[in-house]
Amino acid sequence: MLTLQFVPYADIESLDSQARINKLLKIVKNKHIVLMQGRLKPEEEAGLIQKTMEQIDKEFRGIEVCTVYPEENKLESLKKIRNEMFKLLLGNRDGITIIGPASVVKEIRRDPNKIQLLTLEKSKGVKKISKKK
Amino acid sequence: MIKIIRDFVKRMLHQIFQKKKHLKLGLYGPPNAGKSSLANKISEDWLGETMSTVSNVPHETRTVNMKEKINVKYGNKELTFNLVDTPGIATRIDYEDFLKHNISPGAAKKRAREATKGVIEAIKWLDDMDCVIVVLDSTKNPYSQVNITIIGNLAARKIPVLIVANKIDLKKSSIKKIESAFPQYDVVGISALKGSNMEEFYESIFRMLS
Repeated sequence: MLTLQFVPYADIESLDSQARINKLLKIVKNKHIVLMQGRLKPEEEAGLIQKTMEQIDKEFRGIEVCTVYPEENKLESLKKIRNEMFKLLLGNRDGITIIGPASVVKEIRRDPNKIQLLTLEKSKGVKKISKKK
Repeated sequence: MIKIIRDFVKRMLHQIFQKKKHLKLGLYGPPNAGKSSLANKISEDWLGETMSTVSNVPHETRTVNMKEKINVKYGNKELTFNLVDTPGIATRIDYEDFLKHNISPGAAKKRAREATKGVIEAIKWLDDMDCVIVVLDSTKNPYSQVNITIIGNLAARKIPVLIVANKIDLKKSSIKKIESAFPQYDVVGISALKGSNMEEFYESIFRMLS
């Protein structure tokens, strides 16, 4: 059975970068797929990879990550400014971040219009779950 | 007295100028994109010697390699930099993947352990870079989170970036896909292995640093 765990932005808002990474990794190491509202900062994404590498062992082989967010280049200037102000005040709640354990998620394919989650099922091989943006 | 002061200023300016020229130019990207092949090509072109080992097995480079004082000339311009070849950045490392390449279980586990450390080291080195060449395999989908994370981190650190679409000699290669994935960056297509389009590559380096 595949378990998707939703993490609202409010749950990580007050945490520092290290605590955010630890919280997300803890869920993933329980073999759940994280669906997080918003996205991590670039430095936090790099920190997540570093922390993942530190924890790789016989059981835990790493993660698959995918972030989907509105392409700001395509927004009008006024909307861009408004978005930046919201981000400053409320944090980056735009988009969604998907993090899955490598032992469950074989690959997350992202192209501009859709996400494909290829999961591993021991008895059935690879299963494909698609979601359009 | 004036001569002494003038010589002192001249010496200082020379030292500052020299220091500024020795930039750290990093090669970053996912595993098997051809970072070490490109490092070898640059090193061969300007020093006449290779600097890294290459292989079809992912995570061949598991430690950061640096070649100092590579002097590149293009037209009237000249540039000296320290070239840093880094291990491929990945979010998953499974020793069983190495077994498919006819590596013994013991060696595969060792390779996986070293590869995890290599990824951590490569990320740590990001802060030391003055400019970075992101090497991507142009036969693969560029919308991977590793690519986005690397480029996002470089942008956050305001480090100049040049994207190299490597392996243009292969049929499946598509520079356009990389250009549309990262439209705000200069993308140059090359084949590090065959040495194709290296002139444009060197021109792009000077353009990135100008």
